[in-house]
Amino acid sequence: MKSAVIVFPGSNCDRDMRVALSRATGREVRMVWHKDAALPAGLDLVAIPGGFSFGDYLRCGAIAARAPIMRSVIDFANRGGLVLGICNGFQVLIEAGLLPGVLMRNQTLKFVCRDVRLAVETTDSPFTHAYGNRRVITVPVAHHDGAYVADAGLLARLRDEDRIAFRYVDARGEPTAAANPNGAADNIAGVLSPNRRVLGMMPHPERLADPALGGADGAILFDSLCTALAEA
Amino acid sequence: MKARVFVTLKNGVLDPQGEAIRHALGTLGFAGVEGVRQGKVIDLDLAETDPAKAEAKAAEMCEKLLANTIIENYRVEIL
Repeated sequence: MKSAVIVFPGSNCDRDMRVALSRATGREVRMVWHKDAALPAGLDLVAIPGGFSFGDYLRCGAIAARAPIMRSVIDFANRGGLVLGICNGFQVLIEAGLLPGVLMRNQTLKFVCRDVRLAVETTDSPFTHAYGNRRVITVPVAHHDGAYVADAGLLARLRDEDRIAFRYVDARGEPTAAANPNGAADNIAGVLSPNRRVLGMMPHPERLADPALGGADGAILFDSLCTALAEA
Repeated sequence: MKARVFVTLKNGVLDPQGEAIRHALGTLGFAGVEGVRQGKVIDLDLAETDPAKAEAKAAEMCEKLLANTIIENYRVEIL
């Protein structure tokens, strides 16, 4: 699998993403600067990392979504390329119009930084199929603007089309209010595009992808991508 | 030509920051503040000299970048 990580001023999870991807793929990961006009040829996956691109000015992800490289990323997604946006990357994908909804300030108004439990709501995607029967996983969140907001029509569509990838849940796997770290609608932590090849999620699988760091549930997402591409 | 853009949250969109401001006003003794909504003001200095064209250009900027029209309204004032 050939992958690239887009780097914006203020990205701070770009190198974690590179490590997670290079371990899963066994290949070099291209780092692409936001001012570049085009993506490297022959990519299978573009990853938009977490951080505070452009200092979160205007709205989180708004400036990054209009950076020169993003035109190429949008074309790549429209041609069926795999795109993964984590945390600020999720905000960028929403601002770029590749995923629906809005991410707003956490309802508590507090920056939340801790491990959360996620239910893998669908294994029908290249990002999640390797989770198999492992329905509840642990991955950290670290954000101030992660409350997923969508109107009733969009929420119904996401449910009907099985496009909710992850939900915040408690130890029993229930999407309770107490298990919701940011006030997200329907406890939504991650959503898929209509063709299921673009995933945006607030939690950070790349930060818990090595047992030495206390867990490797996040690594399964990257392994999932590799096997999906190998089978394709 | 100067233009002022007002970006405000649409009705029905929860504004936790506005709520926090309302609570702080209450703490300061300002009674009777029943709601606070926080927005943004963006001042543009435009080379355009025709007011109608400047307004149209500012509105286009709002649609493409300055406002997220899913959750925000905008209004342009030519100064």
